[in-house]
Amino acid sequence: MDQSIQNDLNAPHSMGTTIIGVTYNGGVVLGADSRTSTGVYVANRASDKITQLTDNVYLCRSGSAADSQIVSDYVRHFLHQHTIQLGHPATVKVAANLIRLFSYNNKNMLQTGLIIGGWDKYEGGKIYGVPLGGTILEQPFAIGGSGSTYLYGFFDQEWKEGMTKEEAEQLVVKAVSLAIARDGASGGVVRTVIINSEGVTRNYYPGDALPLWHEELEPQNSLLDILSSSSSGPDMMIS
Amino acid sequence: MESTQSKPGPLCNPEGSQRTLYPYVTGTSVVALKYKDGILMAADMGGSYGSTLRYKSVERMKPIGKHSLLGASGEISDFQELLRYLDELVLYDNMWDDGNSLGPKEVHNYLTRVMYNRRNKFNPLWNSLVLGGVKNGQKYLGMVSMIGVNFEDNHVATGFGNHLARPILRDEWHENLTFEEAVKLLEKCMRVLLYRDRSAVNKLQIAKITEEGVTISQPYSLKTFWGFSAFENPTLGAEGSW
Repeated sequence: MDQSIQNDLNAPHSMGTTIIGVTYNGGVVLGADSRTSTGVYVANRASDKITQLTDNVYLCRSGSAADSQIVSDYVRHFLHQHTIQLGHPATVKVAANLIRLFSYNNKNMLQTGLIIGGWDKYEGGKIYGVPLGGTILEQPFAIGGSGSTYLYGFFDQEWKEGMTKEEAEQLVVKAVSLAIARDGASGGVVRTVIINSEGVTRNYYPGDALPLWHEELEPQNSLLDILSSSSSGPDMMIS
Repeated sequence: MESTQSKPGPLCNPEGSQRTLYPYVTGTSVVALKYKDGILMAADMGGSYGSTLRYKSVERMKPIGKHSLLGASGEISDFQELLRYLDELVLYDNMWDDGNSLGPKEVHNYLTRVMYNRRNKFNPLWNSLVLGGVKNGQKYLGMVSMIGVNFEDNHVATGFGNHLARPILRDEWHENLTFEEAVKLLEKCMRVLLYRDRSAVNKLQIAKITEEGVTISQPYSLKTFWGFSAFENPTLGAEGSW
């Protein structure tokens, strides 16, 4: 507890993860990496950070794994009850506001940044960001987690309104993969969830299927393959 | 993680009471002044997350009831919560259905009580608020800080605005400014803040409240001026300086 008082007042806590939510012309695309770390150890290299709240609303979780899980569990429970009472699917706004309520009222204890994305028939595809502290902000796109720091410039340049579903998903995959390249706390696979009037589609992009960036090399099975395929004989020594 | 048996901090109590330690997403200065027809208020649309300029479309000024306008700097989540409290206040006021409505003085007083009482519990709403309004021809402009200090004046500002904008206003404000003069004056203040406040973003709104009601402008950006020879060649005659 004393440590947090000694923290530089302006430095936000770093959070493992890269999470993204973007709206497109017809719905939303949510994306995340799959690394859960405890300090420097990767506790889970294939986690699923995009959790379902209702049929039409999903949540991207970042920060403390425990805190984000418990908030999502509570909200899923209350949303379920709300849906029964209402008689038809809950709206994205209601889901986002419930998340906000938990985040805000427990701000001293929770350390989780969340992105809510979904589709409802009243407002279409919507993305809401709920960062640390419990602020709620409706945005055309949202990024979160420690990996997101590397993406502000990317999105400033690449974001445009009214993308197609394919463009939006490609943008998300590219962005998460760029963040994974530079953020030690992000890694593994890229998972995406597309939500629109037709329903929900989950996609899986394994780590070896992602594009390569600066200073990254094409993965090989073994050095032996490189040596045997190089035509001018073994090039092992650099003198 | 940390042990649960840590020695008590300076302001802890055994039941583990809640206290807000620090803000996360913050807005910077709000500046406001009285002019001929009412109040003019300006605030940029930035939500900073520590040193990152994370959100650039945050509305930090909102109308309250029919006669007031609230601008806030500080933690955005606390401002959003305050708006909910005020919503409830205005709702209950309307439910009396007695033809009366909450004026800016009343709203300001309510806010002062809320902020001061939270401060007494060591759990402040981390905001500096500017409350302006007009009712029955009377112009009102007040401020409340996160510790409950409140006052009224002809021009107010929060945060950096106190240091950069108020001196300009003290020099150039006078009674019965026209709308045009008042806008120009506010823009002058906002431009200085843009140059000199690290958390400022170049996207702002100016809000007006008069007897007729509230108007909040669309977001817009200010031109900035960099064409000074001293800027192009700052180290002329003093190589290595800045």
